[in-house]
Amino acid sequence: MTAISIEHGRTLKNVDSRGIAAKTLRIVTMTIAALYFVTPLYWLLVASSKSRAELSTTPALLFSDGHLWENLGNLFSQGNGIYLRWMFNSFSYSLVGALFGTFAAALAGYCLAMFRFKGSNLLFMVVLGAVMVPATALSLPLFLMFAGVGLTNTVWSVVLPVLVSPLALYLCKLSAEASVPLEIIEAGRLDGAGEFRIFFSISARLMGPSMVTVFLLQFVGIWNNYMLPLLMLQDNRLFSVTLGLNTWNSQVAQQPELQTLVLAGSLVSIIPLVIVFFSMQRYLRAGVAAGGVKA
Amino acid sequence: MTSRVPSVRPSKSTDGRTARRRWTTFGFLAPYYVPFTLFFLAPIVYAVVQSTVGVRREGGLLGSSQTVFVGIENYVRALSDPAFGESILRVFLFALVQVPIMALGSTALALLLDATRPRIAAIFRSLYFLPYAVPGVIAAIMWATLYQPSTSPLGDIGIEINILNSALVLPSLANIGLWVFLGYNVILLVTALTSIPQEIYEAARIDGASSWRIALQIKLPLIRPTIVMTIVFSLIGTLQLFTEPQVLRSVSQRITSGYTPNMLAYQAAVSNDYGYSAALSVILAVATFTLSILFLRIVQGKSSK
Repeated sequence: MTAISIEHGRTLKNVDSRGIAAKTLRIVTMTIAALYFVTPLYWLLVASSKSRAELSTTPALLFSDGHLWENLGNLFSQGNGIYLRWMFNSFSYSLVGALFGTFAAALAGYCLAMFRFKGSNLLFMVVLGAVMVPATALSLPLFLMFAGVGLTNTVWSVVLPVLVSPLALYLCKLSAEASVPLEIIEAGRLDGAGEFRIFFSISARLMGPSMVTVFLLQFVGIWNNYMLPLLMLQDNRLFSVTLGLNTWNSQVAQQPELQTLVLAGSLVSIIPLVIVFFSMQRYLRAGVAAGGVKA
Repeated sequence: MTSRVPSVRPSKSTDGRTARRRWTTFGFLAPYYVPFTLFFLAPIVYAVVQSTVGVRREGGLLGSSQTVFVGIENYVRALSDPAFGESILRVFLFALVQVPIMALGSTALALLLDATRPRIAAIFRSLYFLPYAVPGVIAAIMWATLYQPSTSPLGDIGIEINILNSALVLPSLANIGLWVFLGYNVILLVTALTSIPQEIYEAARIDGASSWRIALQIKLPLIRPTIVMTIVFSLIGTLQLFTEPQVLRSVSQRITSGYTPNMLAYQAAVSNDYGYSAALSVILAVATFTLSILFLRIVQGKSSK
């Protein structure tokens, strides 16, 4: 007994001085890494508040005279307020896609998890195989098909393809298996409730938190999408904000005054996502951890 | 009357019930599987069909052109196209730079976070994960401006290099991918680390193992499957590379229109060379799929020995 406590005391003393050095090293390393991730975003805030001349004449990481409001004013008035239209488009595409996608995936995932029927395994395996297919790999085939039926450059061409996410179905099936007990369904059936009624009044509520995760992952995925709208859309009134900003960005060489708009526009476009990110991070992390797949 | 009915009725009502059951199942599945078939499976089939089709001109420049079946001609053209070979080689080089840094960086940060008090670790974890909320396009625009000599912070401390028009363009593209996705991989790895039961460490600590040894000899082998998974994601992302080089094209002469395989396929599509574009994207999809399966197999094969 005493031998052990002496042993223990000695190791603790040894660890003390070495431990402090190790701990400092650890915190310093983690802080340097944090600076790497955060500095570009801080810089974007600084750069958005500068005039075009100041961008190249003042230190890049220091604030100078505040031109933020002026830049924002220019941003929102450029091209008859086309930027706000782009933001609205991105928001609508993401909202419609994620709402429908979550609803459809919840229904189907619940069905595959709870009902036994012929072919249910095959249906799930097909989607599971699709989880690894990145969005960019599907963009070109989608474009070719939509071009074949003459539907490019329409709202449909950017909304219909984002309604389905293989990851969403996978997560919903897992969630139904984990959070909906079979006994509850049986009890509902004995009470004479139909399957849809059981789903909407009981099961969907139990699956709620995972559905928030699925919705967020799909929303962020659609908001970040670039290749699909780039291929599909020519009419700039239909552009998503990522596509619109890059169109401006590619014209900076000819129209240098667009540079401040691109920077302010980038800042404004990520604010909603950053807010969602911080308020709902728990759900996002859960999704990343459960699926382990890039949206 | 009642004595006759039961023999007929049960079978009738079971029929009705199975039919209704079938409709119920269909009702649950249709909202997902109808769009999935139309906008996921159909485009793949369509691309494969399209890749066997080409446009033939008859009677010189002013003659009529018509679409004909060309078999594997588009694939032969792709595989003998030097531009395609170069783009493959380029993403291979890109992977050589990015994949090891990504794997080492995310593993190191995850192990550091795991050894830190939960409250402090949570703050760092959020900061690392934050770029995930930034769209790839915006990240590329931001970094592109940071790389430009006139607006770069490097210029402020007297370093004037034109990164985007030098050989540094490939690593600078890799850096954008690292910035966006490293934190994402950290989240995956931290989750894997948290799921390891604490008793395992207790035993090692009592045996006098240092935290370094615990990290390298206990934690690392246990999260190996997750590390492998992040590597597979990086490989897939590299093969599909598109957004970052596409955005940086406007500021770098080094980035050509066929810089990556995906950009080449995009270029073919927007110049109405549909058959060729379809063939390129089919090759790319098959390569992506094969590579990830192969990699998983190799690693799983090794660990089972």
